[in-house]
Amino acid sequence: MLADGGKALSGGHSLIPTMKLRLNAPDVLVDVGRLPELKGISVDGSELVIGAGVTHGAIAASDLVKKHLPMFATGASQIGDPSVRNRGTIGGSIAHADPSADWPAMIIAADATIVMQGPSGTRKVKAEQFFTGLFSTALHENELITQIRVPLHDGAKMTYQKFSQPASRYAIVGCAVVKSADGKLRVAFSGVSEAPFRDKKAEEQLSSGQPAEAAAGMSILSDHYASEEYRKHLANVYLNRALAAVA
Amino acid sequence: MSNKFIGQSIKRVEDKRFITGKGRYTDDIVLPGMLHAHFVRSPYAHARVVSIDMTEAKAMPGVIAIYTGDDVADINGVPCGWQVNFRNGETMREPKHPMLIPTGSTAKHAGDAVAIVIAETKAIATDAAESVMVEWDELPAVANPAEALKPGAPKVHEQFPDNTAFDWSLGNPIEEVDAAMAAAAHVTTLEFVNQRVVPNAMEPRAYIGAYDEMADKYTLYTSTQNPHLIRLLMCAFVLGIPEHKVRVVGPDVGGGFGSKIYHYTEEALVTWASKQIGQPVKWTSDRSEAFLLDAHGRDHVTKAEMGFDADGNVMGLRIKTVANMGAYLSTFAPAVPTYLHGTLLQGLYVTPKINIDMTCVFTHTVAVDAYRGAGRPEATYLLERLMDLAALEMGMDPAELRFKNFIPKFDGVNEPGYQTQVALQYDSGDYAPVLERGLEMLGYNDFRAAQQEAAKTNKLLGVGFSTYVEACGIAPSAVVGALGARAGLYESAQVRVQPTGKVSVFTGSHSHGQGHETTFVQVVADKLGIPMEDVELVHGDSDTVAFGMGTYGSRSLAVGGSAIMKSIDKVLEKGAKIAAHKLECAEGDLTYDEGKWTVKGTDKSIGFGDVALTAYVPHVYPAGLEPGLDFSSFYDPANFTYPFGCHIAVVEVDKETGKTTLKRMIAVDDVGNVINPMIVDGQIHGGLAQGIGQAMFEGTIYDENAQLTNGTYMDYCMPRADDLPLFETDRRTTPCPHNPLGVKGAGEAGAIGSTPAVVNAVIDALWSGGHQVKDILMPMTPERVWRAMNN
Repeated sequence: MLADGGKALSGGHSLIPTMKLRLNAPDVLVDVGRLPELKGISVDGSELVIGAGVTHGAIAASDLVKKHLPMFATGASQIGDPSVRNRGTIGGSIAHADPSADWPAMIIAADATIVMQGPSGTRKVKAEQFFTGLFSTALHENELITQIRVPLHDGAKMTYQKFSQPASRYAIVGCAVVKSADGKLRVAFSGVSEAPFRDKKAEEQLSSGQPAEAAAGMSILSDHYASEEYRKHLANVYLNRALAAVA
Repeated sequence: MSNKFIGQSIKRVEDKRFITGKGRYTDDIVLPGMLHAHFVRSPYAHARVVSIDMTEAKAMPGVIAIYTGDDVADINGVPCGWQVNFRNGETMREPKHPMLIPTGSTAKHAGDAVAIVIAETKAIATDAAESVMVEWDELPAVANPAEALKPGAPKVHEQFPDNTAFDWSLGNPIEEVDAAMAAAAHVTTLEFVNQRVVPNAMEPRAYIGAYDEMADKYTLYTSTQNPHLIRLLMCAFVLGIPEHKVRVVGPDVGGGFGSKIYHYTEEALVTWASKQIGQPVKWTSDRSEAFLLDAHGRDHVTKAEMGFDADGNVMGLRIKTVANMGAYLSTFAPAVPTYLHGTLLQGLYVTPKINIDMTCVFTHTVAVDAYRGAGRPEATYLLERLMDLAALEMGMDPAELRFKNFIPKFDGVNEPGYQTQVALQYDSGDYAPVLERGLEMLGYNDFRAAQQEAAKTNKLLGVGFSTYVEACGIAPSAVVGALGARAGLYESAQVRVQPTGKVSVFTGSHSHGQGHETTFVQVVADKLGIPMEDVELVHGDSDTVAFGMGTYGSRSLAVGGSAIMKSIDKVLEKGAKIAAHKLECAEGDLTYDEGKWTVKGTDKSIGFGDVALTAYVPHVYPAGLEPGLDFSSFYDPANFTYPFGCHIAVVEVDKETGKTTLKRMIAVDDVGNVINPMIVDGQIHGGLAQGIGQAMFEGTIYDENAQLTNGTYMDYCMPRADDLPLFETDRRTTPCPHNPLGVKGAGEAGAIGSTPAVVNAVIDALWSGGHQVKDILMPMTPERVWRAMNN
């Protein structure tokens, strides 16, 4: 079905707008929004498991998330507005791979794993490898994201710092930083480049005690709200704010 | 009269249906056999229609008809309602806006329509419109008005190679102003853009045309601010149908902000098509079309200079502005940059010499017309930006500079109105108290201390002032007629007392968010001394309301309310004759209070309901008096009304990111007498949000092909509740001396005063941090503010 001109529809917050603008006209829409297999938040061993069909609002309100991954709860609460959060799902957002979406920076920094299911079975890809370019991912056309599995990060400090585009409230810069109990840093950005990315250069500079330059060597987005120069400046400001928050 | 309701914050009676989803808007109306329209529109801002192929679209199941420009060649274009001639007397250039662009002609803005597709459903019509194959020859286009004036700029209309619709000036001779400026000790110069904004009414435009063959009568349901004006324009100027053969209904309308004053091509087309097909035709704009096609607001490019003597007294004001009219002249468009803008450019300051020079130009964009405030926000923005900047440049306090230059108090009763240098005579004004109250609410002295502390941190603080005067209650017909209006601007009202003493009031004003069903009823109930429940307000239907000029320019209560007062006076006058007859006394022996006539000094009385019944059952009745108790009136105002006020913004600017946070918004407005304080507060709050929106968030962005590149809510930022502080409002009251209720109008004040206050506050914050910038383009996005600090 998915390979044959069909599209999976869950919260509809990425797909429906493109259909309303007549940029997308799938022959078949399959509502996966009520599949119980895609719902639920649970702890499985050393991982928190979030169903792909869980809404941003449900993640923001989850006690399990607040306990184990507080960045996910506060980050989810900054997505869009209440109606977006009550319809839009984490799986849909990740599959759509808008470069300015909030989830990618958070799941990359938290070293999450994306679980996908297709006709030939189940696959897992690390979030860091999942986003391959502008609106493109490792997900195949005939696959559906089923789960996001995130290490529990006990004892870690984590934060998601966001500078919003005022109209859409997508991230012009979204900076997620996870500082593990042993002090190791993982840094990831949304909104800055064509795809969300882990900023390994910044991590290396920081681990060697140097001041970090955010998004060094990356191609930087430019639009009405933030030119390349300004966006790069903001990436540095928000990296510093994120580092201060986990200090 | 009693005073039970006037001045009370009565909850809005219309809100029950609005907040429970029971409002009835045009798109909610479903007529038997109704068809749906969708338009084929130009994807280019400027392009010739080479050919139109409808073969595939016409063959699609459910498609009823497709009409192109050739089918409607006999229909006139939508007319312009105001003529402003060139200063040399040459007639304003008035290009025809065709209903549909025919093959061989050129579309002159993105979205200009070439065909209307009518089908059984909206989805079919939309699919079919996409299947209409139009071959286009794209031509160069220009969106910026200053660019349009440059030699070699793309021409909007071949016959007007300089792209100029008209030019215009007002005030003192330029030589006198030049001399005043040359003699000034200090001249503050500001070059700025008052950017183009999109009205964004919550309800998009929607129309249903329905033709009844048996009655030979059309009905147009339309999301409009003025049903009778639409009927007049469409019948007399566009379709050539007798006016009595058209009924125009403006049902519940979800906001207009000016954009629903005008007669649009789609209104006439669905009306026309309903007769061709013999079935009703509905068109509802989608949000993308609303961005593209609803008449926009503002769009001025200005150089303004204000001269001061060594003590800070204003000596002169010299203004050169290019105003964008869009591709065609919309209904009120020529009046907006001229008589609604130039005439307000003295503000509330004694200014010996003023000269205003306007050039109004065509561009390949949708029309610009009146948008909440219509010219007065542009005038206020110009003056108030100059005032705060002059204070910074001269090292004076911006409040003191204003106090020094305010026109002294005049009430228009004991003293005459104030004659400005720019044609208007203000009716009444007392300007210092609104600023004094604003400063008191601000805690001005404490603020400056806090600002100095903040300058040492990463968050700069700034305060911006704006004191404004505006003109509402448009307008005396003879005056506006002399200025080029092609209509009168009076209002009509009918007060029909039913036999049981219940009252139906028919007004030509039109409520689309203003709360007339409450405010007007408060007035009528008090004047007649009866319960509000006994009064209903009828509006928005040309078959039930005699006539009307509609609602815009903060005119409804000042003009429409005054017409109602005239009819009430007639009801009470006739009622007194009937009462005197029944009570066997002279009319002069009666007093009217609390809904009854009483013989002075006695307990003999007769109630309003009994008099009404007697009027309709005239058995014991004054000889020669007509039965019935039903009066119509027209009210033509003696002058504009002139509300004024003081708006103060406090902002915090993040030095690292340039992000501005509006911390406080103080508004002290004097809108004359107030009937319903809660509704006036609501109007002020909404206006403030809109004015702040222009300062901080809103603004069109056109690319080099004159394409609107931010025509969605993902890109065009509307102000939201969490962007705004809790507004701090207060009022002063200087009654209007020339209308019976003493009211001035409150619909636009918030949008007029607030914009410059917010921009001034950011400039002030930046100066406190050592960045002596003169201007930041609106909307003041974080990047623009950051660049102002880091250029």
